[in-house]
Amino acid sequence: MQVTITINGEPVSRDVEPRQLLVHFIRDTAGLTGTHWGCDTSNCGACVVLMDGKPIKSCTILAAMCEGHEIRTVESLEVDGRLDPLQLGFHEKHALHCGFCTPGMLMTTRALLDENPDPSEQEIRTAISGAICRCTGYKNIVAAVRWAAEHEEVPR
Amino acid sequence: MSAIEERPIGFGRLKRKEDPRFIRGKGTYLDDIRLPGMLHGAILRSPFAHARIVSIDTSRALAHPKVAAVVTAKDLETLGLAWMPTISYDTQAVLAGDKVRFQGQEVAFVIATDEYAARDALPLIDVEYEPLPAVVNARKALDPDAPLIRDDKEGQVDNLASPTWEAGDEEATDRAFAEADTVVERDIIYPRCHPAPLETCGMIADFNPDTGQLDIYNGNQAPHAHRTVYAHVAGLAEHMIRIRCNDIGGGFGNKVPVYPGYVCAIAGSIVAGRPIKWIEDRSENLMSTGFARDYVMKAQMCAKDGRITGLRVDVIADHGAFDSTAQPTKFPAGFFHICCGSYDLQASHVRVKAVYTNKAPGGVAYRCSFRITEAVYLVERMVKALAMEMGVDEVELRMRSFIGPEQFPYETTTGWTYDSGNYAETMRVAMDIAGYEDLRREQAEKRARGELMGIGVSFFTEGVGAGPRKHMDILGLAMNDGADLGVHPSGKAVVSISCQSQGQGHETSFAQIVAEELGIPPEDVEVRHGDTDRSPYGLGTYGSRSTPVSGAAVAVVSRKVRDKARLIAAAMLEASPDDLAWEKGRWYVKGDPEKGAMIEEIAARAYSGEALPVDMEGGLDAQVIYDPPNLTYPYGAYIAVVDIDPDTGHVTVRRFIAVDDCGVRINPMIVDGQIHGGLAEGVGIALMEVLTFDEEGNCLNSSFMDYLIPTALECPDFELGETVTPCPHHPLGAKGVGESPNVGSPPAIVNAVIDALHETHGVDHIDMPCTPARVWRAMQGRAEPPQ
Repeated sequence: MQVTITINGEPVSRDVEPRQLLVHFIRDTAGLTGTHWGCDTSNCGACVVLMDGKPIKSCTILAAMCEGHEIRTVESLEVDGRLDPLQLGFHEKHALHCGFCTPGMLMTTRALLDENPDPSEQEIRTAISGAICRCTGYKNIVAAVRWAAEHEEVPR
Repeated sequence: MSAIEERPIGFGRLKRKEDPRFIRGKGTYLDDIRLPGMLHGAILRSPFAHARIVSIDTSRALAHPKVAAVVTAKDLETLGLAWMPTISYDTQAVLAGDKVRFQGQEVAFVIATDEYAARDALPLIDVEYEPLPAVVNARKALDPDAPLIRDDKEGQVDNLASPTWEAGDEEATDRAFAEADTVVERDIIYPRCHPAPLETCGMIADFNPDTGQLDIYNGNQAPHAHRTVYAHVAGLAEHMIRIRCNDIGGGFGNKVPVYPGYVCAIAGSIVAGRPIKWIEDRSENLMSTGFARDYVMKAQMCAKDGRITGLRVDVIADHGAFDSTAQPTKFPAGFFHICCGSYDLQASHVRVKAVYTNKAPGGVAYRCSFRITEAVYLVERMVKALAMEMGVDEVELRMRSFIGPEQFPYETTTGWTYDSGNYAETMRVAMDIAGYEDLRREQAEKRARGELMGIGVSFFTEGVGAGPRKHMDILGLAMNDGADLGVHPSGKAVVSISCQSQGQGHETSFAQIVAEELGIPPEDVEVRHGDTDRSPYGLGTYGSRSTPVSGAAVAVVSRKVRDKARLIAAAMLEASPDDLAWEKGRWYVKGDPEKGAMIEEIAARAYSGEALPVDMEGGLDAQVIYDPPNLTYPYGAYIAVVDIDPDTGHVTVRRFIAVDDCGVRINPMIVDGQIHGGLAEGVGIALMEVLTFDEEGNCLNSSFMDYLIPTALECPDFELGETVTPCPHHPLGAKGVGESPNVGSPPAIVNAVIDALHETHGVDHIDMPCTPARVWRAMQGRAEPPQ
């Protein structure tokens, strides 16, 4: 079936199997491999992208269901060579080791800051509780999100 | 020339060079690689834990329009690839031919044009099984009526996986117990858990039939050793195999072994003449790849005159259906016999018996140095038990029993030579951060109000950085690591290393070592790894061995370059080499500090047309293979504070204090990050991570719905401290740290749970994981083992 999804502002149109998962559409069809998959059961959050501004797990939604929707992936965060404050915060606070969960964490926390620009530690922990990081123990991720909250320049 | 003061300092909290690609989603993980003409593999797995295979019919799968081939054991037999050697000198079926021996075992390999089609074809393969009774409980594996699992092995008459192994002095231990005034005994299980890196295992194999070259893309922790194994297994010339591990999404020990799926991908590519990608899904990862632990332990500990004096341990190790435990050859129980811990004992004795069961093979070290996690868990649980029996505070008992700082190097009762330490000091730092006395007061007040709060302690000593070639090897390969360093004419450098980052930040910290030793800014040092064609031979990253072995190699190779630079500088400065002194990045004349040569200038000279000292080759480079003289012995004091909901048994780790002494820290930011990560895994193992099986051998935790990984909500805001006791034999004084937090944290948390429930509920033992249901049962006096 023909599906058109706007990914990072660009419409991507393809003939896909009705059962194709969004994560595979993003990775294989659009060629954006920053979005990862880790568990198949929507537990790990490595595949989180924004759909119309809300974080969703792209391994648990069909590409066909995203027809006409706006998807944002990690590749959209850097604009004109300017990194998102969250990207800077993750680097600044050593909030990543292997980097595999990082895109999902960035998109999850991007949605958090868009909704709540000044989250408390507990609010950050709750927001990222649908995403697993096996490397960092989360402490530095929390610190990175706080750093980003304090360094947001203009609403994006 | 810039002033010396402006030169970069090598060690310190340098932000990571790896980050820019990862924060942009531009890492290159295995599944991100797509080769032209690539086919996709999927594995049919056994639904039974133990069954005879009556027949396999692949005709319906082969009729699928997108299926290129279906490989079974019969096909592999013709290639001599039906069985493969394990890391522990056992054999493992690549694809099951005669029997399946665990649920999830590999039965057939489908090759198709895309991943969806490959998986569509799996149910089209018709396999007729004749189910057999399964051996699930390791304690019953040697019962006379237990079904024989490994009837493939000639002479195998029971389920004993390897001969009983012992360490320590049994008679001396008997004497210590006879002379003791207090003895405690516990049955302690370290349950089966799984490293579960966020990226699962997989491979792309690309065999070129025209050239005979095999290109492998894979995320494994020891690429050079894997290449040697493939050369032996597939009968290919080792120099025609190239393994590239690009970015790896975590390993934690899970990516050490060679898995059947890898061999299938290689065999498939050889047969198809096209690249084959095989990547397992999460269930396959949890059900079939290297699990960790599964140690059933009986222990006794004794004390005399208020000090710990003896330890006696009897272990049944559950290896699953094939013995693929990760360990050096001469150590069939890994380094478990370090269970004598951090204490100056009179004697100890350890006995380990290993059995086969109808469960997945493994026994990898989940972020630990070869069974040290089991050892530390055991001894630290026993110290708590002994303290309860003696009616003393568990910290007090440790303080009385520690090896003293003046006793190092210290020979333990099981034969380890600890390098350096000041245990009591580190313990005190942890107590200060925790506010230990205040916590005990708070606990008493809460108890009076009916609230359940526990404080748990553990103190560990690890032996990491395997290891000296005189003592150990894996599959006959010395556990050494190479480093090649080349300084270019422009003064920039490339250092190639044989260890393999899975997130540890080697590209940053190893550049810092070169920076520290040569004064070249770390941003001007490229660290090359993960490609067997572009790095020296070595055994990879696990057992916290990167810094102790590979880091030492980089320091030594940098010093070799520095020595050569000295001779060139002497020629440039028209001075004798003996008259030169080194300061970071510069050789200068001792009596005339203004007269000197920077490393960049020396490098330019080394490649220039100008004269070099007599008999010296041009260029500025060197290579080494580093053979560590001993393991390094990091240690630490951990304190956990837990609250338990009296109505549900739910455990919350409210605080966790970790004071690590890993010697000199190259990048303290990365060290702290490693500790945070390992602590989170420890929280998981203590509270929720477990692989269990029903009586038929069905795995009950085969996805992240059931195999629970801690999230940000279960992890406290970890509180770290440090002491620094340099390693005397490591060129940088460093020890290795990655695994310490995983090793040290579970006993602290479980001790805290017992501490919370001992006085009020009479609980003196509980096995992990401390889930609400299990804690609740313990509170009712019905503590049960996890399986």
